[in-house]
Amino acid sequence: MDLADLRAIADAERAARPPAEIRCCTAAGCASADAPAVLATLKTAVAAAGLGDRVRAVGVGCMRLCSQGPLVAVEPAGALYQKVTTESAGSVVAGLTGGAVTAEPLDPRAPFFARQSSVVLENSGRIEPERVESYVAADGYLGLYRAVREMTPAEVVAAVTASGLRGRGGAGYPTGVKWATVAKNPGERKYVVCNADEGDPGAFMNRSVLESDPHKVLEGMAVAGYAVGAAQGYVYCRGEYPLAIDRLTTAIKQATKLGLLGTHVFGTPFDFRIDVRIGAGAFVCGEETALMASIMGGRGTPTPRPPYPAESGLWGMPTLLNNVETFANVPRIVRDGPEWFAALGTPTSPGTKVFCLTGKVANTGLVEVPLGTPLRTIVEGIGGGAPGGTIKAVQTGGPSGGCVPAELLDTPVDYESLGTIGSIMGSGGMIVMDQTSDMVDVARYFMEFCMDESCGKCVPCRAGTVQLHRLLSRVLDGTAGAEEMERLEALCHMVKDTSLCGLGQTAPNPTLSTLRYFRREYEAKLHPGTRAQRLRLPMVSANGPGGHAP
Amino acid sequence: MSAVTLTINDRLVTAAAGETVLAAARAAGIDVPTLCYVDGLSAHGGCRLCLVEVGAGGRLQPACFMPVAEGMVVRTDTDRLAEYRRMIVELLFAEGNHVCSVCVANGNCELQDAAAATGMDHERFEYTYPKRAVDASHDRFGIDHNRCVLCTRCVRACDELEGAHTWDVAGRGAGAKVVTDLNQPWGESPTCTSCGKCFMACPTGAIFRKGSTVAETDHGRDRLQFLVAAREKKQWIV
Repeated sequence: MDLADLRAIADAERAARPPAEIRCCTAAGCASADAPAVLATLKTAVAAAGLGDRVRAVGVGCMRLCSQGPLVAVEPAGALYQKVTTESAGSVVAGLTGGAVTAEPLDPRAPFFARQSSVVLENSGRIEPERVESYVAADGYLGLYRAVREMTPAEVVAAVTASGLRGRGGAGYPTGVKWATVAKNPGERKYVVCNADEGDPGAFMNRSVLESDPHKVLEGMAVAGYAVGAAQGYVYCRGEYPLAIDRLTTAIKQATKLGLLGTHVFGTPFDFRIDVRIGAGAFVCGEETALMASIMGGRGTPTPRPPYPAESGLWGMPTLLNNVETFANVPRIVRDGPEWFAALGTPTSPGTKVFCLTGKVANTGLVEVPLGTPLRTIVEGIGGGAPGGTIKAVQTGGPSGGCVPAELLDTPVDYESLGTIGSIMGSGGMIVMDQTSDMVDVARYFMEFCMDESCGKCVPCRAGTVQLHRLLSRVLDGTAGAEEMERLEALCHMVKDTSLCGLGQTAPNPTLSTLRYFRREYEAKLHPGTRAQRLRLPMVSANGPGGHAP
Repeated sequence: MSAVTLTINDRLVTAAAGETVLAAARAAGIDVPTLCYVDGLSAHGGCRLCLVEVGAGGRLQPACFMPVAEGMVVRTDTDRLAEYRRMIVELLFAEGNHVCSVCVANGNCELQDAAAATGMDHERFEYTYPKRAVDASHDRFGIDHNRCVLCTRCVRACDELEGAHTWDVAGRGAGAKVVTDLNQPWGESPTCTSCGKCFMACPTGAIFRKGSTVAETDHGRDRLQFLVAAREKKQWIV
């Protein structure tokens, strides 16, 4: 494989493309709404109308407005249809020849689409995720070519550092620094790991990327492998994402066949193999040390850091661990240069971020915006606000994050600003709540999630979350008093400070942030009586139960 | 191996490079409470009793894992640590069914010792009274999961010292428990060598020797009758 070969694939792909294309989303959201049948109907209708030479119907990835799926786009006309059914699909094809379209139209110039960016999701909904040629025709693997044929590993690390890219898994650690650390740490082998164990409730960014554009992630990983000196990569994907796993596996096979992965990548001495490892349903395996334990065949439990994976990771070797979205940003940084990327977003948080907008919001789906965009723009401008109500709070960062109250909606969404107001960027889940949401119940929901997902290794997380959940339940059922509130706060701080890994350390965050902004809701539920009255203990008089003297 | 100098509780302490803070502290006579740690086995880092404050920010790190470093500043005795340690012990008491008065380990129990050391005079959290099993299928040992604190010492002793790896952990969160082989009765374990190292490692009364429990107490009174019959009637019938 050479640049000319790559260009030849792209040219052939573009030449074979008919003038019009009907794209049907086949990512998991739309697939659950019968998209595969809709796509089949579209294909049949195209053939039946005798338009085979001028039009083709293809399955693509996510077109972002997941709640209105299946979504169908007609290019180059720019028409977009929502909730397309097998009944209305035929009319979309008929529309190409002047027929009446019964499918529900969607305005692609609506704020939901128009105010978004396209960097990570640039190919999403445009290319066919199961065909490498489609990705190559969208300038795919040019970044990897540039890296391995025109740059030294150190130059690649320098480019990623100069871009200012920060970890998209949530913590925001500078990606370039991490790459440089792994590159410089000595080790007879090194590994690159892609964390695709997306487990936050209401988060599906990584799944969408993997289902819509799997090659982008593989390309990012291969660039990373070249930069840090690794010959083996792993994608650790949660088992609940069967479609993502399928498409990843297909993509790895295709790329290996073309010499874009495997031995002698682009004819260079650089070898890079990628294998998929499938998680078995443990949220804690998104924590890097637990994830690596799971890859190595052990029980997915975390271990204390230091040592960090960059120094001693898989099989004790230096290991680079990044999130799906972090890797998806890499190909373009290498291909188009770091300056372009650094100019997006804010100086300390460059680039874009993909969020999953869910909850009490008009437009549910995938949103990509430059970092630093005010939260209000995302939930009201793009999301369309809470239908029939007002937004009360937005939960960011999932069970590790916090609730941002409505009065702080003008906060710019970047790592620092969210941290200042007691929340976190997190991996990108964004749950909108309106006046009907009880914030104590929200706090208890996330605590229950952490309690169920605790691995049980360390005491504060295993037993502390159980007690926190009990205390929150007490507040909710009106049997808590000031004493329980005091204990709740003290235990929150204890679990945060003493837990072994990020799961326990951040488990109290939703409770702490609702206590910070919605304390009145807690206080309104407190029982004013004594402990005995609160707990409804049986009354025992001084003379014994019967009232007689003993 | 070179030596490093660090400060623990305002005292200068020397330690070998690569040593843990726990080893350095103990060698200097500074006590740090532990429960899951035991000399000779790998560190686990799960009980969090040995957390110490490291550096100016007072970041909490488990002393059993944290390697010493030149110029490191460590505190093992702050009010915050004392409160957190006591809370840890309280959480352990609340999550299991620890009834000292009927326990084989009463008076020889590291959980009891930890309660005494951390000044835990009463329980501030609600007892959860979990329904946990007792496995008495092994002919020499038994395990009462009600008393297990999930320190995994048995798991590590079996794996690292005996090389059998009969024990492991199954389940997660509050439902996590130690199991023998593939969660089968201990007495049916084909890998257990009955060496007793798990018993030696157990800090509480969870793993016990058969015959040592309150319910199993056997005075051997029939032996008395046997002697009387043997002497008086010259009958030697067992």
